[in-house]
Amino acid sequence: MYNQGHPAEVRLLTRRFGLADSRSLNTYLAQEGYQGLQKALQLTPEQIIEEVKASGLRGRGGAGFPAGLKWSFVPRSSPKPKYIVVNADESEPGTCKDRVLIENDPHQLIEGAMIAARAVEAHTGYIYVRGEYRYLIEILDRAIAEAYAGGYLGESVMGTGFRFDLYTHTGAGAYECGEESALLESLEGKRGIPRIRPPFPAVVGAFQCPTVLNNVETFCAVPSILLKGAEHFASLGTRKNGGTRLFCLSGHLNRPGVYELPMGFNLRRMIEEVGGGIPGGRKLKAVIPGGSSCPVLKAEETDLPMDFDSLQAAGSMLGSGGVVVMDETTCMVRMALRIMRFYAHESCGWCIPCREGTLWLRNLLDRFHAGEGAARDIPLISELAQNMLGKTFCPLGDAAALPTISIVKKFREEFEAHLAGRGCPYGGG
Amino acid sequence: MRGEGALTGEDEKAWFSGMADLVRLTIDGREVEAEAGTLLINAARKAGIEIPSFCYYDGLTLQAACRMCVVEVEKAPKLQTACTMPVVKDMVVRTETPQVAAARKGVLEFLLTNHPLDCPVCDKGGECELQDMVFRYGAGESRFTELKQHREEQQWSPVVYFDGPRCILCFRCVRICNEGMGVGALGIVNRGARSQIAPNRGDHLECDECGMCIDICPVGALTSGTYRYHTRPWEMQYTGTTCTHCADGCRTTLSVRNNRVMRGNNRDRSGVNGEFLCIKGRYAFDFLEHPERLRTPLVRRHGRLEPASWPEAIALVSGRFREVRDQGGRFGVIGSSRTTNEESYYLQKLARGCLGARNIDHRRSGDVAALLAVSQRLATTRDLYTAPAVLVAGADLSQQHPLVAFQIRANYRHHGARVYVANPAPTREDSMAAEVSRGAGLAAVEALGQKLAGETGLVAVFGDAIQGAEVARLVAMLPASTRYVPLVDAANSRGALDMGLAPDLLPGYQPAGEAGLDLAEMLEAAAAGGLEVLWVVGANPLKGGGGCRAFLVVQDLFLSETARLAEVVLPAAAAYEKTGSMTNGCGEVQRLKRAVAPSGARSDLEIMSWIGRQLGWELASPAPETIFEEIRRSVPGYQVPYAEFIAGAAVQTRPSPGSSAGSKKVAIRSARHTLFQSGTLGRYCAVLGAVPEKDLVKVAV
Repeated sequence: MYNQGHPAEVRLLTRRFGLADSRSLNTYLAQEGYQGLQKALQLTPEQIIEEVKASGLRGRGGAGFPAGLKWSFVPRSSPKPKYIVVNADESEPGTCKDRVLIENDPHQLIEGAMIAARAVEAHTGYIYVRGEYRYLIEILDRAIAEAYAGGYLGESVMGTGFRFDLYTHTGAGAYECGEESALLESLEGKRGIPRIRPPFPAVVGAFQCPTVLNNVETFCAVPSILLKGAEHFASLGTRKNGGTRLFCLSGHLNRPGVYELPMGFNLRRMIEEVGGGIPGGRKLKAVIPGGSSCPVLKAEETDLPMDFDSLQAAGSMLGSGGVVVMDETTCMVRMALRIMRFYAHESCGWCIPCREGTLWLRNLLDRFHAGEGAARDIPLISELAQNMLGKTFCPLGDAAALPTISIVKKFREEFEAHLAGRGCPYGGG
Repeated sequence: MRGEGALTGEDEKAWFSGMADLVRLTIDGREVEAEAGTLLINAARKAGIEIPSFCYYDGLTLQAACRMCVVEVEKAPKLQTACTMPVVKDMVVRTETPQVAAARKGVLEFLLTNHPLDCPVCDKGGECELQDMVFRYGAGESRFTELKQHREEQQWSPVVYFDGPRCILCFRCVRICNEGMGVGALGIVNRGARSQIAPNRGDHLECDECGMCIDICPVGALTSGTYRYHTRPWEMQYTGTTCTHCADGCRTTLSVRNNRVMRGNNRDRSGVNGEFLCIKGRYAFDFLEHPERLRTPLVRRHGRLEPASWPEAIALVSGRFREVRDQGGRFGVIGSSRTTNEESYYLQKLARGCLGARNIDHRRSGDVAALLAVSQRLATTRDLYTAPAVLVAGADLSQQHPLVAFQIRANYRHHGARVYVANPAPTREDSMAAEVSRGAGLAAVEALGQKLAGETGLVAVFGDAIQGAEVARLVAMLPASTRYVPLVDAANSRGALDMGLAPDLLPGYQPAGEAGLDLAEMLEAAAAGGLEVLWVVGANPLKGGGGCRAFLVVQDLFLSETARLAEVVLPAAAAYEKTGSMTNGCGEVQRLKRAVAPSGARSDLEIMSWIGRQLGWELASPAPETIFEEIRRSVPGYQVPYAEFIAGAAVQTRPSPGSSAGSKKVAIRSARHTLFQSGTLGRYCAVLGAVPEKDLVKVAV
């Protein structure tokens, strides 16, 4: 089960979760399935894009870029074929929402991709699935086969003559392939290294053709927008942050899980009410609000609405919605180390600051956490992270630097407590 | 993944919209103008502002990986890489602010974390870009106190060594091999800090062994197997001369220490070849010191060749020549495709004027005369890079003419040139061809039909499969604006024919009066006793056997098969041991400049003029400069500007419209040398014999 349910949930994208046979086409059709697409097939591409713009839907992968605006960048008059690419390379630590969306309601994703196809006149789509999600490929392939059989994919979608083909494609275990241009490189069979931007995928994307590339959750929101209208979607959230969002609550919680809540839901309420608070009544120490790439928040900083703009104003990000809760027993130095181990492992190696910086920081934090650090190492950690921040080829460098800088700044006393000879006060290792 | 700092849609639109042709911007307070589309790094360099870079390299695809070229751009939220930013109207750029310097210092500090402190033993010391950058931006003291990851150095081929820890992963080597050479023998494996450059055969390379990767490497990660641990760059003298191997005429800058050539490269990008050199131009100078180099004249006594002094040997030769001449005997003169223009010119002049000889020839590898008789429109080496279309007919360029191949490939990559290939078998050029016509000779070109008709800037490169009357038909078939490159084999095959080393042609393709015997006829006559003297200069015509009943005089570097049969062998200096001029396959005259002094040997010109002096011939003691002056005055087509030539430029000859194709039908055949062969000379190049690829490749045409 993906969560233990909570009355605060607004189940829009997850409304079919838990139904018997929720993956099947029949269940989908019985629950307003493909009706959003039907509507979209009656509209012009411009109308679809305007609707999505008006809904305030922002990318759910992490960057939060307005989806309708992104779709409007596709030069539809270009003679090149257009592509839809679904980013199902969910690898941001703390994030598991795309997985449950695919596991429980694959047709919703297919329908969302097809509406996008109609909006930019694309006829081919790829779902790039993280290699570790092998079992999801089977689920998707089965749903795609059902959709073809039912006339929802193929030469003439729902009999309208609009052609759309959809394929699944696996990654092979690289976080960097969640970065949109590195994903496209991988899709094309090359090393998963990001591209020089501009140009952006909307103009030069898959196979050098205009491409709409969005996160799974972003596409999954689209059928509801078409079906129930942009107004409805927008009203569920806050100004400029429309809709609901799937939050992945994990860490020291009584009721971890993936919960669909309105954008702007208060983080403290999310932790205490929806997540059920911290086991054993222990105290909250820190929260990662949107995946490990975000600056961490201290306990006293958690009384804020969870939407893109509010988090940005608070010096962090909404990111991928991966909310990781840490209580007072957590060693923050170890957390910094754990995070840096991830980025050092995942750095693609293309650019110098990230490649060498993440490795250096990992080794440094390793030594530091083991009790072999010196006082000068503490400012050095921040300086090295600053040497990466904004100076790398792609945002992975920033993703490694931001949490590190925030942890050193906000939990400096924990670093001082690890200084040579004293070991880890939380029991180390 | 985050999209922080990414441009918004408006900027994106601006990036793609057409801009004014000339863009005005400000760099470091100076107003600069650049063509729209110019990269900021290049606009700065043109204005004399050097922005450092490791991974950006002119001519190769963009990377923005090293982050050294970051600059401040007003209104941009963070530092931008100058190598990927095109100039934008009114942009204000600062290239050397404290923030920029700090960023570059940060990059260098990161680079040096795993870079070993090898400077004292690393070949690159003194010409290392990382050293230069660290000196400039001061990351000499590192704060790194973790463990370095060590990997053993690997040998990937006889000429290529790789030291992983020194590698800064700029990927220049991967790109030059893949894009520049079209070989793709280097790749990247693993990811992150474990990324490594890898050779195509796992633990070794199978490639052209050109060494481009070694010279393009900014540090000492890739080093030369023949140069390692020999010397320091500041201990050598550098002489730019012309390669002695194929007819492409590459400049090879020889680095010399104590009269020994230590290495060859062309990193100063002088000459027609820029930085390009193949294995021969870069490495195959080692014949200079081969133990079998002839160092003294040899004279046959009692059936055996024995050392003799120069005066003795010359007296013997000139004495015999005088006898034969005075008795009206018959001379055969076989010249060289590797001697200088001055030497070829002098040889035929001496032979015709002093010895009264008409039997003069050299081994012909391409029908240049037939072309010049119908068209004098020659393409330059640069034209191969700039022409909108190129036809390759009957040549395996990457084996036989690697510079021509390199130029065409760069033209295709940078300008999208249309390449047409007419060959009997697949060659590397097929992968960039707009059309491939499978077949031999003229028929393969004919099969392209109308496709070439619309090409107004075509350059046609053709090999020996099109010769004789077919050349005129080729010219008639192609558009009138076409320019030609008639391929020939060796460094001065063109010079030999241009200078009249032919039985039916005088210098400059003027018809000789009565034609003499050609090479094949001379050999037949010599075997049958029909010649009294056979004088062979820098050639090995009796390699395949066949006797010689004439008085055989041979000038050569080595005791070749022909020299073994001689009465007198005179040790000749190599190309790198003398000064003069040579003409490449495009008809460009270039300077040959002496890099080392010969030991015991003398230049062919010195030898011939000594013989001439003994025969009372007027050209007393000519210097190459004097003969070149005479060539410029009197040989049609060779009225080239002297100042540019002497300064090292390639000056193209302009053959006369009255050029004759000659009256004899002569055997013309390319020897089809691969990258690892260079006639008799190549057999004495240890490096060519050491590479495993030599047994794997053959010429496809």
